[in-house]
Amino acid sequence: MVLAMVTTWTLSGCLSSEEKSTLIAPRTMADALHAVMESDRTVYTRQVVNRLTKEYEVIDASEHWKEEPTLPLPSQMFRMGAERVAAQDAGFTYSLLSSWPINKQNRPRTETETAGLLFVAENEDQNFYAEETLGGLRYFTAVYADKAVSPACVSCHNEHRDSPRTDFSLGDVMGGVVIRIPLDQ
Amino acid sequence: MTAWILGSIAAAAALGALMWRPSLAETAPLDRAIFLPGVTTDGHYQIEIDCDACHTRGFGGREAMQNACMDCHATELARVDDSHPRSKFTDPRNADRVALLDARECVACHQEHRPEITTTMGLSLPTDYCYRCHADVGEERPTHRDLPFDSCANVGCHNFHDNRALYEEFFVEHRDEPDLRPVAKIRWADLPRSVESERRPALGPDDHDAPSTLPELDRWVADWAGTTHALAGTQCSDCHRDASGAWSDAVPVGNCGTCHELEQEGFLASRHGMRLARSLPPMRPGLARAPMRPEAAEETLDCSACHGAHDFDPREAAAEACLGCHSDDHSLAWEGSQHAALWREELAGETRAGSGVSCATCHLPRGADPRRRSRSVVFHNQNDFLRPREKMIRSSCMECHGLAFTLDALADPQLVETNYDSPPRAHVDSIHYATVLRWALEERDPPWADESASKGTDP
Repeated sequence: MVLAMVTTWTLSGCLSSEEKSTLIAPRTMADALHAVMESDRTVYTRQVVNRLTKEYEVIDASEHWKEEPTLPLPSQMFRMGAERVAAQDAGFTYSLLSSWPINKQNRPRTETETAGLLFVAENEDQNFYAEETLGGLRYFTAVYADKAVSPACVSCHNEHRDSPRTDFSLGDVMGGVVIRIPLDQ
Repeated sequence: MTAWILGSIAAAAALGALMWRPSLAETAPLDRAIFLPGVTTDGHYQIEIDCDACHTRGFGGREAMQNACMDCHATELARVDDSHPRSKFTDPRNADRVALLDARECVACHQEHRPEITTTMGLSLPTDYCYRCHADVGEERPTHRDLPFDSCANVGCHNFHDNRALYEEFFVEHRDEPDLRPVAKIRWADLPRSVESERRPALGPDDHDAPSTLPELDRWVADWAGTTHALAGTQCSDCHRDASGAWSDAVPVGNCGTCHELEQEGFLASRHGMRLARSLPPMRPGLARAPMRPEAAEETLDCSACHGAHDFDPREAAAEACLGCHSDDHSLAWEGSQHAALWREELAGETRAGSGVSCATCHLPRGADPRRRSRSVVFHNQNDFLRPREKMIRSSCMECHGLAFTLDALADPQLVETNYDSPPRAHVDSIHYATVLRWALEERDPPWADESASKGTDP
């Protein structure tokens, strides 16, 4: 599904205005991409990590999963997907950011990221949309609230020694998913 | 006029003949070397006459060049969990950083044919390049506030690509280890997977299938009969066969990989085998830039160069074979080192297996099979365990030594020359810095606070 959407978006740069009118809008595409990302992440969190670590207790999930036979954390799984997409030059990029990141590389770096994370933290049921120019290129940027969907999210962030915030509760907005789609094809 | 035209055609034909790739195997290397625009780096000179290795398409541009880099280096970068992958620089949110250092392409930092600006590791940038993106490091790391940026990549601190043994969590976890572990022992390698999955009956001297007309057959069969090959049921014809399956006196390149796939893959990616991988004549010590023994100059490097032709003995390949060619200070000093003394004791059966340290222990180490981690294999690409020296920390050094001792030893250039024959005189602050940061985050006094208070010193 994601591949089909990306292909459609990429092809749009080669089509006439009439043909373009039948194609997907950046906001619609971003919303659809986010639906896939959020669903996959929730399924992994609940049906793989939570089920195997909490219900069956057969394996642990750990940020050090490369060092030991454990499962990657859901946020790490998410970022690995983002890195693979980035490596393919797939026509869009996405990242998981926070105003209170454990890894400081994941804090907001652009004005749009800062504004978007602030907006979704205060309006958890709404998304943030904007256009921004980075490196001389225009992007459609969407920010979606990222909430604590399982107790493991809360406990990990509250107990991690590098976490700048330690009072998260289940359901809290912990950060945001940022999706960028280039507008200059 | 006619003579000028004919002369031009003849010159073009001559140049074309030199550039035509299939002629490489027969053409003397110097013929093509005239096209080199400058001296190539230490990691590429072995294949420098194969211009196509990097310049895959004449007008392919930078993208083609980048793809060529990744064709050879992508596997290792993935294996070492590259800290600065290309995707980090293609992410639009880092566009401001790319404006400072456009590392979307390898050549941004590793220009080829530019010896006048190239330093170790093929780096063609000034060594303080980290400041371009990490100028504010002192804000989060007070310990780093006054450190010069050309010290970031000092041994034991940071690398641009491979930081598997150089991160805070790792430093803190291993900070209290002893210089020498109570049980210092190198792991042993398992048999190839193909041998494990296809068990054959062991073969004796009378079971061989080599043609009886071969000269010196009895000697070769006697050598083979005592090896792991014979015990694993590997026939003469398993190695001595050509593509059609017919007997071949010579063992074609690639046959060893039938069973030793991972090992051959590593060898062909290494400085020893990279010429064979590009269909060039094999590497010879006489072509090397590193000091080599003159008498070995014309040896050709294939699997049998180190492992022998029939009496395969991995112990001989682990040190004796190396020293048959290499004559640099580090290699020559090994024989007088404590590592070598332990190796000799192990070979003599005077100490337990795995306690000696050969050349291969560090540079062709054993490790978990990336395809099935419960198995152990010998990695055959020494480039992956050579420079920067920190590449050997986890694969070799820490099998026997604690992390602090290891960092200090690797950072001592004199010890490198003398092959680690004495305690390190250098000291790396990485573990100290990581500990300071960790305890500050946890709002606790550092572990040495009580001790320093009683001594009245400031650590």
